[in-house]
Amino acid sequence: MITPANMSPAAIAINRFGLGARPNESAPNDPKKWLLTQFEHFQITPPAWANQTKTADLMAEYAKHQMEIRQAKKNTDENDKNAAKRMFRREVRDDYMAAVKARAETALTTSTPFVERLVYFWANHFAISIEKPAVIDLAGAFELEAIRPFVLGNFKTMLFAVEQHPAMLLYLDQARSIGPGSKAASRLAERDPEKKHGLNENLAREIMELHTLGVRSGYTQADVTEFARALTGWSVAGAGKDKFAENSQNGFAFRPQIHEPGSRSIMGKTYIQTGKAQAEAILNDLASAQSTATHIATKLARHFVGDNPPEALIEKLTKAFNSSNGDLPSVYRVLIDAPEAWQPAPTKFKTPWEWLISCVRGLGRKDLQGINAAQMLNQLGHPIWKPGSPAGYDDIAESWAAPNALLRRVEMAQRLTAPFGDKLDARILSDQLLLGAISTETQTAISRSESAVTGLALLFVSPEFLRR
Amino acid sequence: MNRRDFLRVASISSAALFASPIISFANAKTDRRFIFIIQRGAADGMNTLVPYADPAYAKLRGALAIDVAQATKLNGMFALHPALTETAKMYATGQALFAHAVASPYRERSHFDAQNVLETGGTSPYQMKDGWMNRLLSLLPKSQNEAIAFASSVPMALRGKMDVSSYAPSALPQASDDLLLRVGQLYAEDAQLHNIWTAAMEANNMAEDASAKQDPASLGKLAASFLANPSGPRIAMIETGGWDTHSAQDGRLTRQLKSLDTLIAALRDGLGATWQKTTVLVATEFGRTAAANGTGGTDHGTGSAALILGGDINGGRVIADWPGLNQSNLYEGRDLKPTLNLDTLIASLAGASFGIAPEQVGKALFPDANIGKPLEGLIKS
Repeated sequence: MITPANMSPAAIAINRFGLGARPNESAPNDPKKWLLTQFEHFQITPPAWANQTKTADLMAEYAKHQMEIRQAKKNTDENDKNAAKRMFRREVRDDYMAAVKARAETALTTSTPFVERLVYFWANHFAISIEKPAVIDLAGAFELEAIRPFVLGNFKTMLFAVEQHPAMLLYLDQARSIGPGSKAASRLAERDPEKKHGLNENLAREIMELHTLGVRSGYTQADVTEFARALTGWSVAGAGKDKFAENSQNGFAFRPQIHEPGSRSIMGKTYIQTGKAQAEAILNDLASAQSTATHIATKLARHFVGDNPPEALIEKLTKAFNSSNGDLPSVYRVLIDAPEAWQPAPTKFKTPWEWLISCVRGLGRKDLQGINAAQMLNQLGHPIWKPGSPAGYDDIAESWAAPNALLRRVEMAQRLTAPFGDKLDARILSDQLLLGAISTETQTAISRSESAVTGLALLFVSPEFLRR
Repeated sequence: MNRRDFLRVASISSAALFASPIISFANAKTDRRFIFIIQRGAADGMNTLVPYADPAYAKLRGALAIDVAQATKLNGMFALHPALTETAKMYATGQALFAHAVASPYRERSHFDAQNVLETGGTSPYQMKDGWMNRLLSLLPKSQNEAIAFASSVPMALRGKMDVSSYAPSALPQASDDLLLRVGQLYAEDAQLHNIWTAAMEANNMAEDASAKQDPASLGKLAASFLANPSGPRIAMIETGGWDTHSAQDGRLTRQLKSLDTLIAALRDGLGATWQKTTVLVATEFGRTAAANGTGGTDHGTGSAALILGGDINGGRVIADWPGLNQSNLYEGRDLKPTLNLDTLIASLAGASFGIAPEQVGKALFPDANIGKPLEGLIKS
């Protein structure tokens, strides 16, 4: 029979809501206050992110690169052409690795781990995925510019920042969606009657299904298509020549020439706005829809409280979302105050990211010297910004607790702990990291291990450390 | 005690397994293999299995239409995408069977809900909590009820009461035997981790010589090395992604299909003699719009194609009650109308493969679906 290992409120604050303890760090005396005060000193751009290139500059680089390729096409030398492409690909890959490193180093050093967790939550809610080459380079900038500044603001503000960010517009094929009745469409049809130009409904559908209302909440295929028509013209700056484009500083551009004229009807409401304002008006309504509040509340509760969160908690969070008009800190405060969130038994299986970060923090490391975070997360089955679908990564144990995935964690634990055998004692460290929430069986297994390194590895793959 | 005994001990506590009346339908020992390759993202059936003879096809697809001169003509109606060269060879030798205008019971256009329906075997999303492959596993004789996912986690279709393994090649240094043993002891009292770990160790032992690469050829070879083992798993699932071709579909679909073709060929070659007893099903959550969209791609649709391959498949045919592509024939005026329930196809195929009556398989796998009359003669008798 296993001895129950209940989590104290301090352990819950640090492990369920945070990123895990570091050795020699004292546990918070007032766990709720410890979480709440993090709102006051969250850094939007922490030092590790300082070198991230801005979206606008990345878009300019991309446009310049496209032009070089076009020029190289005129050049008959295949070697030159391929060399230019390879060079660009390598740069893009390095940028991606650097952004993952910035994200991980921030996680290791932050004094606001709960808010960092919220960043990951929202980045996964508004997921982009880098198997689409155009967004590899933009993924880090997307999180830095469209997610981080808004996690402590209003949901609507974040929604607008996300849907107008080039990473999202390119990922969900919005940038090239053309209104069939637009000026550009008739011009293109004259020039080349064979080629089809027109709508792409990918972004419109995923905004409704994933970002706001949630699936099966009552909208129809016709609503999706109407929204897609309204969204035409929402595009990215710098791609192609468009003298009518209204460019914004963040890489977003509205292109009136490809916008579908006319009013739109969505879920019984008519939108008579013209131009960019039309989709903005729709987004506004989607952000404040009742289904959106429930959708967000359910996902937040699932993320912090359990795979099948209590209905009562979802209701509380929905109410907080509605009564504050989407003010996110108001929702977080209700979450922190809810008794459901402080159940002493672990309720969640850590994702590979959460697990890896908590291991590295547990070792007391503040940098990633000798660690390639991006590659490690690939190996653990959780490549960053690459969930493979706009739904993001699943947030339930079944997605992560699987035979091979568990074996990878054991292999990774062995590798991570190897240099620490003579520096850390797992018996002492287990107390510092789990704050007493450890079974006697795990304690015994650690104390009986054949070497100090094995003891550390066992601590990191113990049932208590795998869950939060 | 080997892992099989381990699992049996673990299962004894699972009363449901023994209480299940389904078990009595189970056949005698089977040496059959059943592999499901899922195409996540809604694969374009109309450019995979091209209805070239439908006069509306070329018009709907415009520049995206597959040139039939480049493709492999299968019969007077359909042609196979030119990237599927090995699959075409299997068709020519009667080892490949295709079905068109197929769909699960799901009729909306969300990938995620649709994949849930496809994998659980329910009629609506999230209605069922386990996967149809896991329930299929429970129909097999106890000594051969092993299944594996070639992925680091277990996909929905394989989740459920029966323990299932997963394996994906790792580039990490192997953990020491001592550590593996101690981890096993550490999990002894934790039901969830104990079962997962036991399955992980079994898969790990079987894969000692496997290649550590993840390209389609290596993946096929790896999967075959597990499945060719006489005491290896009988049921397996392989995931493929990247089928959501909203833009630049031409090149993307060609690459996707080339990879799929390579994967299937590697399975066939790696399985050797076992290929004669193997059934491979390739299916997706829904199809794509009949017409091309405005960005060189296609949007979410309904009916799609399914591919069936194996050494003793009664192949060289296309099963299709073709609904036609005229505007009035399209589902909701935009998608290929489904005329065959994918659940019926799966139940018939799994039944024929394992020698269990398709009606019984249907009841276990798709309890709420209207399976109708099973398809006959899918596998050579």
